[in-house]
Amino acid sequence: MDQGDERLLRALRSGDETAFTTVVEDYSPLLLRIALAHVPSRAVAEEVVQETWLAVLRGIDAFEGRSALRTWIIGILLNTARSRGARERRTLPLSFLRRRAENGWDEPAVDPHRFQGRRGERPGWWAAPPERWEEPAERLARDGARTAMIEAIRGLPPRQRDVIAIRDLCGYSAEEACDALGVSEANQRVLLHRARAKVRAALEQHVKEDVAG
Amino acid sequence: MSAVGAQMTCREMVELVTDYLEGRLGGPQRARFEAHLAICPGCQAYLEQMRQTLHALGRIPEETLPAAAREELLQAFRAWKRDR
Repeated sequence: MDQGDERLLRALRSGDETAFTTVVEDYSPLLLRIALAHVPSRAVAEEVVQETWLAVLRGIDAFEGRSALRTWIIGILLNTARSRGARERRTLPLSFLRRRAENGWDEPAVDPHRFQGRRGERPGWWAAPPERWEEPAERLARDGARTAMIEAIRGLPPRQRDVIAIRDLCGYSAEEACDALGVSEANQRVLLHRARAKVRAALEQHVKEDVAG
Repeated sequence: MSAVGAQMTCREMVELVTDYLEGRLGGPQRARFEAHLAICPGCQAYLEQMRQTLHALGRIPEETLPAAAREELLQAFRAWKRDR
């Protein structure tokens, strides 16, 4: 926790409304992004962010300042979003394979069939290489591509989802992601790698369909 | 997996993309990675798509809570202040 955090924490504890309004305005967009990656709709994501702020108020006197204030708030958001997401998905069967794949240690980044086999001309090299995207900036900024990305993130195992939300949706550092999630730097990188590979694959599929019309 | 020093395959390369982007590849690995990249259009496209994906993720628009929700939170803050 730095000096800015200490000042903010003192202001919040003393009941300073401006400090509260400001912190809600500053952090809610980021919290909303993370929440959107966990729950099925915008409305539920907003509720999760609201619940998070209420939990922050309940916990703020007990907060010991061992991590940055922001990291602590993200941790509360993740817990709230996770339990809410689990409740929303309660009717779906929890797949054993999916639980096993949580860390993704043995998942390849790219479908192995896209590489040449042992008898190929160059084993391990591309058989079906990715094709360059035309006008990527415009294409990926459209609603369809954004939906494809968010859906892909929602479909990830929870820890992969948390890491990519913190790192790539919010743009926080590896260190902050490790703090918020309580994982090692190496583990964080593995989770991020699996998550990014799947989002890229989802976009590749989306662009292919988009081009085919 | 081929031995260190041998030419990198595309299959290996895609597994090292995150380490590469995070600046976590050691000197020799990085040199093999870049040597492969220089001669492989498929991997160039893959890396380019990965960068474009990250860029797009960072640009999903930031929205905030609706005004009504923020007002409710302010009321909750006042109640919290009163009750403690």
